[in-house]
Amino acid sequence: MRFSPSLALLPVVLLPLQRLRAQDTTRRGVTIGLTYDPTSRPGIAVLPVTGSSGDSARVILQRDLDYSDRFTIVPLDAADPSTFRGTKPGADLNYPLFARLGAAAVVQATVGDGSLHVALHDVAKGGVMNVQDFPLAARANTPDWRMAVHGVSDEIERWITGLKGIAQTRVAYVAGKKFHLVDSDGADDELQPVTGNVMSPAWNFAGNQIAYATFGTQSRIMILDLRTGKSRVLHNATATHANLTPVFAPDGAAIVYAHADDDGSDLYLVATDDGAPRRISVGRGTDNVQPSFSPDGRRIAFTSGRVGHPEVYIMDADGTNAELLTSFDFGDKNYRSDPDWSPDGRLVAFQSRFADGRFQIMTISLRDRSTKLLTSEGSNEQPSWAPDGRHLVFASTRGGGRELWVLDTESGRLRQLTRSMGAQLPAWSPRLGSSASTGAAGRQ
Amino acid sequence: MTAHPRVASRSLPVVLLVSAAAFAACHHAPPPPPPAPVQAAAPAVDSQAIRDSIARAEAARDAALARQRAYDDSVRRANEAAALAGEQMGLRNTVTAVIHFDFDKSDLRDDSKATLDAKIPVLMANPDLTIRVAGHTDERGSVEYNIALGQRRAASAKRYLTERGVAATRIETVSFGEGRPVADGHDEDAWAQNRRDEFEITAGGGQLKKPGS
Repeated sequence: MRFSPSLALLPVVLLPLQRLRAQDTTRRGVTIGLTYDPTSRPGIAVLPVTGSSGDSARVILQRDLDYSDRFTIVPLDAADPSTFRGTKPGADLNYPLFARLGAAAVVQATVGDGSLHVALHDVAKGGVMNVQDFPLAARANTPDWRMAVHGVSDEIERWITGLKGIAQTRVAYVAGKKFHLVDSDGADDELQPVTGNVMSPAWNFAGNQIAYATFGTQSRIMILDLRTGKSRVLHNATATHANLTPVFAPDGAAIVYAHADDDGSDLYLVATDDGAPRRISVGRGTDNVQPSFSPDGRRIAFTSGRVGHPEVYIMDADGTNAELLTSFDFGDKNYRSDPDWSPDGRLVAFQSRFADGRFQIMTISLRDRSTKLLTSEGSNEQPSWAPDGRHLVFASTRGGGRELWVLDTESGRLRQLTRSMGAQLPAWSPRLGSSASTGAAGRQ
Repeated sequence: MTAHPRVASRSLPVVLLVSAAAFAACHHAPPPPPPAPVQAAAPAVDSQAIRDSIARAEAARDAALARQRAYDDSVRRANEAAALAGEQMGLRNTVTAVIHFDFDKSDLRDDSKATLDAKIPVLMANPDLTIRVAGHTDERGSVEYNIALGQRRAASAKRYLTERGVAATRIETVSFGEGRPVADGHDEDAWAQNRRDEFEITAGGGQLKKPGS
């Protein structure tokens, strides 16, 4: 059975519930008795959250669980809250009611003094599965407070599915040559204190630094430290000509970027503490840009024009063993670029130009080179993977102007992330801790 | 010979009178209009005021004439300057003339080579002249790859000039990718205008020497 990718908020009745009950509980998810089947989206209900700003917390939890694309949100608006409580001794909740509503799990939360107390109920088992207190910023509805609630959503998701969610993340992007950060749910879109014609933001794997390039007469590789809000020039990438598309190596100790001079462009590797840059690609006068590391740091996908038009290649991190990744037919109008290696290492997402001149997002498997077309409406470019390896953010013209959209590659469900006019070049952050400073300095 | 026009001019009022009478006779004309009121005798005017008025009118006329002369002078001076500057302008335009490229290409078209050929003698005659070549792309393609493509386009022009004797140290290159379009449209006409190299004089452009001078 396939679930509609559209946002079906209708209660899902008995069928998924029976699936959940019927399954072998020794599989993943056994810890809560509720077995998560990745092909279904179990119903989850979020009870009204008691305590100060509980309504805001509930809206965020519910939206995060919905955006995870792993659950079906069971709305409780029509139900009488007085019926939620259990009547039988030992039963906290009226589990039969939630079973009838189609909920496999129920989230019960209370905002306390500087914390959010959360209990997760397994409806089938009729009891509490997990309980935890999460620290919250003192002032409700501040960016840090919302980020902390996102972290709670991600943990609830882990309790049920075994996989942590991606709500507690941000997306860096460029609009009008200015540099923005926006939360995964589209809230708290912030302009970053960065000057110059900005391009190509890329996160480090700790989520506290962003490398980016400036273009034009001051073409540099810069590193923005999110803890201080200050940018510094990567010293050895300040030569004349164009410096572009920096990415951090997974260990954070080096940056690979493209340097374009009078003889084409090549990829260079330089230590973040300023060693001498070392050329790693062998472009021979062609263009070689847009590096993307495999998660183990051993290989690099990149775009090269070495056959006369841009295609995606992979090579070892030292530049050896370069090979064409995206196959092409000679003579057609192919143009493939903007590779992004998935966090699980299995796929490379990229953009491919079609006969109508528009780009679409595709993935190619590293194992068997099978490709998958993920978009068709408008022009869709610059894919960037979420840390779950399941969601992609990309720039799309499907809504008229160019904005960022988030795609669940498993269900095909889409949502618009930005409303910034001309947003492009998104980079999805790694998972960010609640305490990590995750934006412009002075963020509250 | 000389009398004839006089006669004609004298007879004219008669003709008008006759035709007016004929017009009146043919129609039962309305009663004649009342006689015009007798003009009141002109009041006695202060002759000093008249003289002042005349003086003011003459002053205004003289001022207008002076303004006209000044304007004429400035036009003449501007034309003389333009004639002198025209040569400079022409030399400057030759150096800064834009060249265009085909989609996703950085090799020079024949028309671009001709435009570059014209720059060479001016560059050779003015060894202090330095330029910046800025490569641009259209809005299609990968925005990041287009930075590299723009750089390659600037480098193509630089290589063409240096291979023909212009010192490489006099030519700086930069790429703006698709970030600075000159045409805003989203069609081939706009794209063709935007795929270009621009040439900017960065130093030594104060007074250019004509090739061979």
